[in-house]
Amino acid sequence: MRGLFLASACVCILAVGVICAFLFANGLPFFTKYSAWDFLTGTTWRPLQEVFGILPMIVGSFYVTIGALLLGAPIGVFTAILMARFASKRIVKIMKPCVALLAGIPSVVYGFFGLMLLVPTFRQTFGGNGKSALVASTLLAIMILPTIIQTAEAAINAVPNSYYEGSLALGASHESSVFRAVVPAARPGIVSGIVLAIGRAIGETTAIIMVAGNNPRMPQGLLKGLRTMTVNVLMEMGYAADLHAEALIATGVVLFIIIMAINFLFSFVNRRRVLQ
Amino acid sequence: MSILEQKGHVTAETFHTEDIKFDIQNMDLYYTAFHALKNINMEIPRGHVTALIGPSGCGKSTLLKSLNRMNDLIPGCRITGSIRLEGQDIYASSTDVNLLRKRVGMVFQKPNPFPMSIYDNIAYGPRTHGVRSRAKLDEIVEKSLRGAALFDEVKDDLKKSAMAISGGQQQRLCIARCLAIDPDVILMDEPTSALDPISTSRIEDLVLEMKKDYTIIIVTHNMQQAARISDITAFFLLGEMIEMSPTERLFSTPQDKRTENYITGRFG
Repeated sequence: MRGLFLASACVCILAVGVICAFLFANGLPFFTKYSAWDFLTGTTWRPLQEVFGILPMIVGSFYVTIGALLLGAPIGVFTAILMARFASKRIVKIMKPCVALLAGIPSVVYGFFGLMLLVPTFRQTFGGNGKSALVASTLLAIMILPTIIQTAEAAINAVPNSYYEGSLALGASHESSVFRAVVPAARPGIVSGIVLAIGRAIGETTAIIMVAGNNPRMPQGLLKGLRTMTVNVLMEMGYAADLHAEALIATGVVLFIIIMAINFLFSFVNRRRVLQ
Repeated sequence: MSILEQKGHVTAETFHTEDIKFDIQNMDLYYTAFHALKNINMEIPRGHVTALIGPSGCGKSTLLKSLNRMNDLIPGCRITGSIRLEGQDIYASSTDVNLLRKRVGMVFQKPNPFPMSIYDNIAYGPRTHGVRSRAKLDEIVEKSLRGAALFDEVKDDLKKSAMAISGGQQQRLCIARCLAIDPDVILMDEPTSALDPISTSRIEDLVLEMKKDYTIIIVTHNMQQAARISDITAFFLLGEMIEMSPTERLFSTPQDKRTENYITGRFG
């Protein structure tokens, strides 16, 4: 039996290892032919002229991800707090399946929703052609909500009730106890949820492609279009060849490294908090 | 006649109604259908240590939690009769529960420091009640830690996590946290049951020290502990208060057969 568990665990580790090896083996050779510096800091992407600068896409990815977090994280965390500590059991019973359903909607459906509803609405409200960083961020914010809500709610529910009672016994109100004793104790879990959400947001492709405009230039503002790293790969992989194809794989390598760096950074911060 | 007047070393003093901290009259408590406390009548004097003893499930912790309304958290908990704190009915609709809990502090069975620094643990209560000044908070933190005989051990580590100190220190930290809100009464719910003997004796010394300034009500499983630190002991059995007397008398000449059986170890 133990062997079975071990084998199952190995599948996961093996998958990570193989993906890593594959990505780096295919992506790194590009840098022997093209300067890594020019690749990372170049602001022009013209594959036909063999000019591969992905800075606009790196900035674009961060742009929509940060936008999504600014909108989605507070809403998600507050919703989780409501579900864990304020709402009646009846309300929670309705909300839980809703949140789970939101998590299960395929991203292409989100994309449709963005394209048919958000893009025209934003076009009429703010002008421009509607396909913009703002719409992409808004859509992503909705997409990361379930991740944040579910993780944060579980984290808040896992906080020992003795903290809450200890706070009440000091004369603190219900709200004050929740916000100052319970939620801070759940912070590592909430942060993990936000990191997962960052991973989801920065890696999202299909929905973004449908609403972001996808121009490979430096982001010009909230109401202008932009292109993310993932969109860059997906849009061009179908017809790219030779150096162009390698540049796209290298884009994937950069994305992978960024996501790993974010994960390590947050787990480091979290661990330091716990050890303090 | 108040039971204090029967007590050896306090008979010289005259007791008035203002010496009664908690006045419990005809109090019944139900958990939904379960009748957990039956017709309790007690007068708890100020400035003394009152111990509540009895076997598990006798209602002593339930009674303790009624005194700062922590029972409000339990769904289906219902109380009839009256509990007065210095004459004011604490279950009246006009009672501010948060203010009540600031006056009647509580130390729990298991040390429950918040997962934050020692300093922030102590400052939590004062901050809740609006103290913002750093100098004032510093002063409260030091005074409270000294009051709980913990200051010398942690004075250089106030920024350290409260989770990193020993269980006995954590319990004294919880006492300090309670002192920081400047209560009149301190309720202690088996505060030493999770601690080793040395930590236990430090907390017992502390209780004896604190009764100069506070009214202390302590639930304990340990009869020796009740004998060591309390002035008055009340014995509970199956939701009833069987007997309440000055501690020495309750242990030397119990009036009720059931009390005698319990303290001589025939059950419980």
